[in-house]
Amino acid sequence: MSGVLVPTPPARKPRIAPGWWFVAPALVLIVVFFLGPVIAAVGLSFTDFDLYALADPHAARWVGFRNYGRVLHEPLFWQALRNTLYFALVGGPLTVAASLGAALLVNARALRWKATARAVFFAPFVTTLVAVAIVWRYLYHPRYGLLNWLLGHVGVHQIDWLGDPHWAMPAIILMATWKNFGYNMLICIAGLQNIPRELHEAAALDGASPFQRFRHITIPMLAPTLFFVVIVTMIGYLQLFTEPYVMTAGGPLRATTSLVLYMYEEGFRWWRLGVAAAIAFLLFILIVAFTIIQRRISPRAQV
Amino acid sequence: MAGGALLIRSVATGMALGVLFCGCTRASGDNTELRVWAFGAEGEALAPIAREFEQANPGVHVRVQAIPWTAAHEKLLTAYVGGALPDVAQLGNTWIPEFAALNALEPLDALVARDSVLVPRADFFPGVLATNVVDSVLYGVPWYVDTRVMFYRTDLFRSAGVTRPPTTWAELRDALARVKKVQPAGAFPALLPLNEWTQPVIFGMQAGAPLLADHGTRGAFRDPRFRRGFEYYVNLFRDSLAPALASTQISSVFQEFAAGRTAVYITGPWNVGEFKKRLPASVQNAWMTAPLPGPDSAGISLPGGSSIVIMRGSARKSIAWRFVTFMSDPARQARFYEKTGDLPARRSAWETPALASDPYLAAFRTQLGRVMPMPAVPEIELIVQTVALAAERAARGRQTIDEALASLDAEVDAVLEKRRWMLSRPLVGATK
Repeated sequence: MSGVLVPTPPARKPRIAPGWWFVAPALVLIVVFFLGPVIAAVGLSFTDFDLYALADPHAARWVGFRNYGRVLHEPLFWQALRNTLYFALVGGPLTVAASLGAALLVNARALRWKATARAVFFAPFVTTLVAVAIVWRYLYHPRYGLLNWLLGHVGVHQIDWLGDPHWAMPAIILMATWKNFGYNMLICIAGLQNIPRELHEAAALDGASPFQRFRHITIPMLAPTLFFVVIVTMIGYLQLFTEPYVMTAGGPLRATTSLVLYMYEEGFRWWRLGVAAAIAFLLFILIVAFTIIQRRISPRAQV
Repeated sequence: MAGGALLIRSVATGMALGVLFCGCTRASGDNTELRVWAFGAEGEALAPIAREFEQANPGVHVRVQAIPWTAAHEKLLTAYVGGALPDVAQLGNTWIPEFAALNALEPLDALVARDSVLVPRADFFPGVLATNVVDSVLYGVPWYVDTRVMFYRTDLFRSAGVTRPPTTWAELRDALARVKKVQPAGAFPALLPLNEWTQPVIFGMQAGAPLLADHGTRGAFRDPRFRRGFEYYVNLFRDSLAPALASTQISSVFQEFAAGRTAVYITGPWNVGEFKKRLPASVQNAWMTAPLPGPDSAGISLPGGSSIVIMRGSARKSIAWRFVTFMSDPARQARFYEKTGDLPARRSAWETPALASDPYLAAFRTQLGRVMPMPAVPEIELIVQTVALAAERAARGRQTIDEALASLDAEVDAVLEKRRWMLSRPLVGATK
């Protein structure tokens, strides 16, 4: 900044700072396509906008906080919340653990074909989720699926992965972990490469075993990165939608209905758009809460 | 790049000339495009019919878009909001009240009255035609129909000493209790999946329950008639004549049925083909269909299937109507059955040998004469889902019958709050 020459305006007329003109195009886009819809959605969440209102806008009524009250009294909302937290709190750490493992593997000096391994691990992340979900639905097929065929060899009985309420969410977590760990792996690799090699060399000279070096050097040095990755992954996972939408439609027995899927159903299946907007803002509050927790826990990992 | 542009331009010129040329030769032919939406397998099977229609109506181009069933409802509603509805569409007949409330459908009474030879009201199953009527206005012409009947294991019935399919509730219970004794240990004679709303709704309606009261603005589930059907249904679970399971918990109905662990299953015509295909040869001659029993004599069932509607916003309504009459031609419907297995809505189409001679279809034909539509309110789909949840609570013993029905009425009243308000408003009615 200090090196740039800024010509002083000749006359001191109160004008719009030129900076505003530079940000104006972006600002207009944000207001039109982001802020505007968000404000409209807040308004919508205080109305009972529904199918009747689609036919005749005058049929929408201002209902204050009734949508919020109704949603909070709806057992399905709490089940969706539980499912979502289950997915985020189990799937998030699991994904990060897988990412760390893959990062260590790819970063290991002994490994050949590093670029290939990295590409293989990263490929799922850039593959279309719907296509992946359909393929995984085959893998999970109770009778003809690859997974049950493999499990059959170690004596595990047929599991109805997507049909059993107890197994459906673990199945979705497993798929999401596989799908998403590649991206976090890249962040972990960057974190690993930032650890000064001297630390490892010094510890090795002092006779520390590889595990001790991992436990006392890698983990502490990587902690801020890991915190960041865990929290960001979990925030992303709170918005779980496509996997259950494509693979289970929220079933069996609602075991995989996530908050976003619940919102989608209220909005686009039953056309209770007011209620759907209220759910969206409850989800927003939840994500804000997670973000605040993230700031509290890891002040160093500022983004 | 340049070559591509040239190509596009020459193709475009060619097409423009072609259009011009067509316009010249077909003096009377209005070169119109009719947009038609149909869903799932029906959508695919419709294409040849559309070609036939084009041949019979020169100058008309029918563009059929086949949409998967899972996306159909959303697609229709978003198209309504975006003003992009087609001219003609297939519509699941439970959706008609909803789209009528949106004012999206063209009333057809006058057209049907005018073309009563092509589309004679009396030739349709009355209960099915009734699903197309909202506030005494006809909005659709039934295309194909389905209804639920009883699929049962004839050999198990015979060895249990039941010689003919039950026609009353008492006979059904008695038959189930006897069949249970000849079944493998731990098996249940009837299969009524708890996530399906059709069975509790059918039992209630068989007992004469109207489901809703006050012009469809309040639940009427504590009505003694509904209670009677509901109690009969719940007791099948309490007396271990049906397992308290959702269909997702049953890995394969066909396997259960083949093994004799299920002897009675209430389901629709799509399963006739599935049963023929999936049951092992050993039980292929050991199953049959029968109309549903009722409280005191033969019972009613629900009319399902799809209708053809014309969208109110269409600019080509006269051609659209011509297409609707074309599709509802009995001979064409019979051929459509051969292709898709969809049962025709026209009774005269059932006279064709393929339909008249199939022993499994006889029950459907009888049952279709005894179907009764549910109340024509837009909220009906949500209401019947609520019925399934209440039935599940009672069947699993989490609530007594009266508790379940009281909470069901409260929930349904909450769902219908908006409708009550709409109807109480001055000036406009809810469905107008």
